[in-house]
Amino acid sequence: MITLSHYLWVSGLLFLIGLGGVILRRNIIVIYMGLELMLTAGNLAMVAFSQFRGGIEGQLLVFFVITVAAAEVAVGLAIIVAMFRLKQTARVEDLRELKF
Amino acid sequence: MELGLSEILFWVFSALGVAAALMVMMNRNPVASALCLVLTMVFVAALMILLGAFFLGTIQILVYAGAVMVLFLFIIMLLNLKAEAARRLSVFFVLGGLAVCGVIGMVVWKVVQQENFLVKTIQAPFPLSDVKALGKLLFADYLLPFQLTGVLLLVAMVGVILLCGKEQASETSKDEGVS
Repeated sequence: MITLSHYLWVSGLLFLIGLGGVILRRNIIVIYMGLELMLTAGNLAMVAFSQFRGGIEGQLLVFFVITVAAAEVAVGLAIIVAMFRLKQTARVEDLRELKF
Repeated sequence: MELGLSEILFWVFSALGVAAALMVMMNRNPVASALCLVLTMVFVAALMILLGAFFLGTIQILVYAGAVMVLFLFIIMLLNLKAEAARRLSVFFVLGGLAVCGVIGMVVWKVVQQENFLVKTIQAPFPLSDVKALGKLLFADYLLPFQLTGVLLLVAMVGVILLCGKEQASETSKDEGVS
């Protein structure tokens, strides 16, 4: 019997992998992929909650989240491209203007 | 122990999804990372379909595995990223990463272990057509948020064009000035 907590475990595991990638990786594109992974894990948890609760409003929320995430990906990648044009690098070590 | 088909599918999809997610973060080559991320998205979509959210599973594949990952691959090609050089892991990074992951993992563990969490764990009956129900809800009760999402997408598009186009214009004018 697959219960809600099974789905939450998978979602939490995916979220942790994404978070670990964001913390450990140095390539800004891969860091961004980690963020996407975390978003997807959150979506999976939300779908699971919605389905086990019954009713369809939760799925609607996930629909909006996916839409906004798509817009966010486009803007984030545009910022990365602009940054690459300015710095000619995709490594986060080279972005140290704000570092104290 | 008798395993039903949906249980077998759940374990297969979740194991493959987590493995693909690990591959995303382990690969040094960004292109391989992106392709593994596509795999992860497909498996998450399969889990959503297993949950009975057919429409969202389809949308997940269309938007994430389709549009978003094409965008990622396009940017990787555009920036001509090479494989990340191997580097020595500093102890500070490893400890910090493990600490943060541990704290979040403990929170997840605490939530999942709660008693009342496991009470209502009977699979909800599938709505007969979730597309119809979603559409009715989306275009009747939630019409304003839907329209606002459209405006948001427009704003994002204009913002992206501004971010990427203006820079180039100033660069070319600078180049012309120099030459």
